[in-house]
Amino acid sequence: MDATTNVSPLLQVKSVRQAFPKPDGSQLLVLDDLNLDLAEGEIVGLLGRSGSGKSTLLRLIAGLARPSGGNITYLGRPVVAPAPGVAMVFQSFALFPWMTVLENVQLGLEALGLPGAEIRRRALSAIDLIGLDGYESAYPRELSGGMRQRVGFARALVVHPNILLMDEPFSALDVLTAETLRTDFLDLWSEGRLPIKGVILVTHNIEEAVLMCDRILVFSTSPGHIVDQIKVDLPQPRNRLDPDFRDLVERIYVVMTARPAASARASPALEKTRAIGMDAVLPRVSANLLSGFIEAVAGAPYNGRADLPVIASSLHMEVDDLFPVAESLQLLRLVDIEGGDIQLTDAGKQFAEARIDDRKKLFQKLLLAHVPLATHIRRVLQDRSSHVAPKSRFLDELEDHMDEEAAEQTLRAVIGWGRFAEAFAYDDQSERFSLENPT
Amino acid sequence: MSADREHPVVERILPISVGEWTRSVTRWDAFAVLLVIGILIFLGEASRSLLAPLSELQATPLSLAPVHLPEYAARTTLRMLVALAFSLLFTFSYATLAAKSRRAELVLVPLLDILQSVPILGFLSITIVFFMSLAPGRVLGAEFAAIFAIFTSQAWNMGFSFYQSLRTVPVELLEAASVFRLSPWMRFWRVEAPFGMPQLIWNMMMSMSGSWFFVVASEAISVGNTTVLLPGMGSYIAVAIAQKSLAAVAWAIGTMLVVILIYDLVLFRPLVAWADRFRFEHEAGLPPPRSWVLNVLRRSGIVALLARPGAMIWRQSFGWRSFRAAKAAPRSHERLRRRGDRLWTAFVLVVAAAALWQVSRFVMQELAPADIGEAFALGLATLLRIVILIAIASLVWVPVGVWVGTRPRATRVVQPVAQFLAAFPANLLFPLVVSAIVAYGLNPDIWLSPLMILGTQWYILFNVIAGAAAIPAELRDCCVNLQVRGWLWWRTTAFPAVFPYYVTGAITAAGGSWNASIVAEVASWGNQRLEAYGLGAYIATATQKGDFHRIVLGIAVMSLFVVLINRALWRPLYQHAERKYRLG
Repeated sequence: MDATTNVSPLLQVKSVRQAFPKPDGSQLLVLDDLNLDLAEGEIVGLLGRSGSGKSTLLRLIAGLARPSGGNITYLGRPVVAPAPGVAMVFQSFALFPWMTVLENVQLGLEALGLPGAEIRRRALSAIDLIGLDGYESAYPRELSGGMRQRVGFARALVVHPNILLMDEPFSALDVLTAETLRTDFLDLWSEGRLPIKGVILVTHNIEEAVLMCDRILVFSTSPGHIVDQIKVDLPQPRNRLDPDFRDLVERIYVVMTARPAASARASPALEKTRAIGMDAVLPRVSANLLSGFIEAVAGAPYNGRADLPVIASSLHMEVDDLFPVAESLQLLRLVDIEGGDIQLTDAGKQFAEARIDDRKKLFQKLLLAHVPLATHIRRVLQDRSSHVAPKSRFLDELEDHMDEEAAEQTLRAVIGWGRFAEAFAYDDQSERFSLENPT
Repeated sequence: MSADREHPVVERILPISVGEWTRSVTRWDAFAVLLVIGILIFLGEASRSLLAPLSELQATPLSLAPVHLPEYAARTTLRMLVALAFSLLFTFSYATLAAKSRRAELVLVPLLDILQSVPILGFLSITIVFFMSLAPGRVLGAEFAAIFAIFTSQAWNMGFSFYQSLRTVPVELLEAASVFRLSPWMRFWRVEAPFGMPQLIWNMMMSMSGSWFFVVASEAISVGNTTVLLPGMGSYIAVAIAQKSLAAVAWAIGTMLVVILIYDLVLFRPLVAWADRFRFEHEAGLPPPRSWVLNVLRRSGIVALLARPGAMIWRQSFGWRSFRAAKAAPRSHERLRRRGDRLWTAFVLVVAAAALWQVSRFVMQELAPADIGEAFALGLATLLRIVILIAIASLVWVPVGVWVGTRPRATRVVQPVAQFLAAFPANLLFPLVVSAIVAYGLNPDIWLSPLMILGTQWYILFNVIAGAAAIPAELRDCCVNLQVRGWLWWRTTAFPAVFPYYVTGAITAAGGSWNASIVAEVASWGNQRLEAYGLGAYIATATQKGDFHRIVLGIAVMSLFVVLINRALWRPLYQHAERKYRLG
């Protein structure tokens, strides 16, 4: 904040909240009390897991939707519609497949109503800047993912925006391509060759955030809010292997695994998980993935205890892949998570050594003991003389606590685990649970 | 109903390649100029004498001499193209309004759904009076009426498909359009219209072949005691039937073959090839559709030169101030608007109820409840016919389709033929069948029925072929590997794999058969008239007599049948097929 005190910020987000009406008339809060300043020359990262509302915030800033409360100002004026001088790069590129590279890049300029010669000159110079020379007449489908995203960047930069919004721009690319594109962008940015004054980057990749941002806002879920703000003072270009870099990554892992709120930091994470009830939204993680992860932690070089960032990068898992797995395992008491480390419990060790049938038995025991929804389904099935119950029965119950989508996801997760554990069976055609598998 | 559903195979028909011709600019130009001049001459020829008085038309009766066929064909085709242009205009306005305004959507979409299933043929006699009064005593008025009739057979499915395209434009493209501040005008022409284009063109082709059914009815217009025969293929057929001339019918069929080939070549093939770049997702492994006509136009320097000013103005229109009203982004919830919606819904319901009341009062003025019962009984008779015909067609074409579809070489030969047959106006073949029924004294209740499915059965065939061709090679290899053969193979692999495609084809075939029943259940040959027991014959007879009460009743009952069957049978079946059997 020190460098920005004497200049008015490019963009200000003040106590913004966003809620959607639910069918029953109540409100679903997705963003709560968000504050954010973007100063000139700054790259601010919004880091969080999917569903933490970081993309929602980006769309509010872009003027694609308006917040339910609070306000957003750009250069001192409130944002009520897409503002001139704010451009966006999309996760899925959002290129128009029926336009050539050149036409895609020219789009924003045509919308401005500039003269034809000016449009052409600026488009060609943006294409040149971003390294797309020679591709002007290609259609997006002829290009690789990396080249497509370059078109996305050129299209955004050509309008000479003050602020560039980036919505997970590298997450649809393979590791190498993403790294090249990041480096190219950072080079242009630090050489001052980009016609932009500030950047907001949405990402779920911790290393990417540390690599690119001057400031990182860590988001937490339900409702989305900022749990921590981390300043990155490392000089560019940054080195992933630099101990300071590793420390920061580690620190962010600790922040992101401390559940669920900052106030709970004193109590161990395990304590919090005991409290889960029917209202917990479960992530859809396959039992196979859980088994595989336990084996990885049990095996060399971790031997039962792993540093989360280390195992994540060795398994090529991003936050969105890793955290649901880790949390599911924690929920089932197969692991403990503390201070950015993951450690197998006794049950976890037993599971790692067991053969498939014993694994299933153990999994069933843990599932019925620690996942109330599974316990509930099993009890209902046992109580009924037919041992059959429709899916809608449980879905309705879940929808008392969460929205439709989350309820469906949670039930699907339990179905997957229940099948692996052989705790109950489910027939998708008739949408019914039953106690017995067909024999 | 299913006209809006795109068929993947349509682009694969007959890719005509001209090889690597020498790239001399003059040659392309010569071709392009020839093409353009040819089209201009055709337009001039066909639109001659539009302003002539009707009496002149009646003074020169239609001739069955084959020399006149090119002219008649040209005039009929022009009528259809004009109607197609109006259909496009309708599509762009109606569908856009329905997609953009929630309140308009509430009214426009159900209305379109009904219009799609209602046989408009019956209303012709009403609209003719109106259009003739627009240009009294002139050929133009009759032309208007004919074009409107053709329009009603083309517009609805085009509108529906475009509405659905507009509703499914990917969110990120719309967001990109907003962020880069495209005006609504520019967004429509650069984002939304291109996205809907491939679907729209496929539906235009469907509409074009569908409207041939109406040409015969629309060109021979009777007002009161006088009958106007507009020069065209429809009138030619009508006269041929009246004079019992099998030779003339044969000439007409031959001409139609040529006409369809020509407009496929110079209009639809280039359009399909051109629209290929608007496809959002590309199926892997399919060669892109090609058209040498399009290539000629694209490579010609003169065409490019002529097109440039138009493109310039087009481009500049995107920057025009008046089109650039920036709209504020919507708030996530607005109570007020919800209340307004409720009021609007109530208003619409009241109007609909009033209209229903009016219609039923109008119908009941002349008719007794027994008439309604009769209409329903007739409807059941037609329904029975359609069910039996679809069953027979399925028994024949599903095995054939699977056999063809699993053999790539056979597919390449059969698929374009099947599509061509679907595009061919089956009612041109009616006189052949009817003359045979008359000659052998067959029972019209049975033998007129096949006419209903003559043109529509091909949808089943080419959809099943497409489905069988889409069975993944690995799945087929797996069956060979596990020695899954014979009935087991059909039961576990072939039927499930083609089922969703079959349902699509059957929906189209059944829907088309209802419409065709109006033309097929009544037929005449010379002065002999055949009539089958069915709702189609009921409507056709009432139309001939100008009995509006019975027309309205017949159409209402038929619409009810179509809508009920769509809702109760086809839609659930389609959803089931989509959920359970869709491969990949």
